[in-house]
Amino acid sequence: MSGVRILVGTRKGAFVLSADGKRERWKVSGPHLPGWEIYHVKGSPADPERIYASQSSGWFGQVMQRSDDGGTTWAPVGNQFGYDGVPGTHQWYDGTPHPWEFKRVWHLEPSLTDPDVVYAGVEDAALFRSADGGQTWQELSGLRGHGSGPRWQPGAGGMCLHTILLDPANPQRIFIAISAAGAFRTDDGGVTWKPINQGLRSEYIPDPTAEVGHCVHRIAMHRSRPSVLFMQKHWDVMRSDDAGDSWQEISGNLPTDFGFPIDVHAHEPDTIYVVPITSDSQHYPPDGKLRVYRSRTGGNQWEPLTKGLPQRDCYVNVLRDAMAVDSLDACGVYFGTTGGQVYASADSGDSWKAVVRDLPPVLSVEVQTLA
Amino acid sequence: MIRVALPAPLRALARIDGEVQVAVAGPVTLRAVLDAVEAGYPALRGTIRDQVTRQRRPFMRFFACEQDLSHQTPDTPLPGAVRDGSEPLLVVGAIAGG
Repeated sequence: MSGVRILVGTRKGAFVLSADGKRERWKVSGPHLPGWEIYHVKGSPADPERIYASQSSGWFGQVMQRSDDGGTTWAPVGNQFGYDGVPGTHQWYDGTPHPWEFKRVWHLEPSLTDPDVVYAGVEDAALFRSADGGQTWQELSGLRGHGSGPRWQPGAGGMCLHTILLDPANPQRIFIAISAAGAFRTDDGGVTWKPINQGLRSEYIPDPTAEVGHCVHRIAMHRSRPSVLFMQKHWDVMRSDDAGDSWQEISGNLPTDFGFPIDVHAHEPDTIYVVPITSDSQHYPPDGKLRVYRSRTGGNQWEPLTKGLPQRDCYVNVLRDAMAVDSLDACGVYFGTTGGQVYASADSGDSWKAVVRDLPPVLSVEVQTLA
Repeated sequence: MIRVALPAPLRALARIDGEVQVAVAGPVTLRAVLDAVEAGYPALRGTIRDQVTRQRRPFMRFFACEQDLSHQTPDTPLPGAVRDGSEPLLVVGAIAGG
């Protein structure tokens, strides 16, 4: 019997929500690692029982956790993230140079093929890799050492590397994104990197079409078509058909083109999901209506998905790592809110139900489809 | 043996019940005691002191014998009552955040 496991990171611990393939009755396990901020929890595609979690605290700093039994028990692994060489400086909010300082791990991306290999995206922005199940971490410093590094600057949430996409067709190719530097790609396994921001336009920076400085919120791809990328930017939803070499806007008829998460249907590479959010400062859904928008045309034409979602007096946000899909048929779509709800759709977004309603603010949602 | 009392989240992280007791060879300083605690409980590395700089994390405090030792150099000998085990070194998470 197939099943799914939702891995939820919250401000005060991790939760594991599990169901069989019907996705109707859910078992809630947690809080795991209670009281700590869990920025991200993600399982290995090569071994679903192997799960990594980023655990942090304003008092106690960064801890990394690993489970080898599907999230039932956890054990700390290595938490030393030392920048390679002399870290140098990036831009601070006021434009002055600021030393690179490690703060926390935002995103974990386990290898597609090796359960012991995992990548970590951190604040201040850098990419680390572990090849021993998280015990030790080495920086892929070619990214931070790209000549544009001194011009990178933090977004409101910090200068975080929040997106890591591994190309399933080309093990040498990785895409990453940083707030607020933009998107980058390596074609040599992380040794060298290039900015891939051509076509992005950001009116909030001095040169709206600069090589770097764009506040990319999230990038998504379908594994069958890894050269097609979808991006939710600070403003604008974008699409690239050439692995990021150029981007075109596909915001179309969205009520607002600001938002954080973006994801792709498991079986339909041109079906994508976003959650429009009123901005620049409000950061809640327009008109108090929580609506996921779906495009079945790869962008530009969007439809609101509202069945089962609150359509009045709703002022939560959905953060960039808090949406995921399963690979069952029909595709399940999931997202968590800053109000502590985790919503699930077992019919590609046509209808939604709250799996849980009263968790701490949700920081991340990942889904494992179990055989 | 030197007695060390840790905050509850760190006891949970390192799976410690009650106080930690560590032996220190040589001068009993904050640095030596924390080195011994981290050697015995590797999960605590980086949670009290920064992994790279070895500096006290900003919201961590060290108290003993009704004294705040947080701002002393880490190589200052700890009070006699801590050295002879009659009083614990208290590692405290600062009250912060409202």
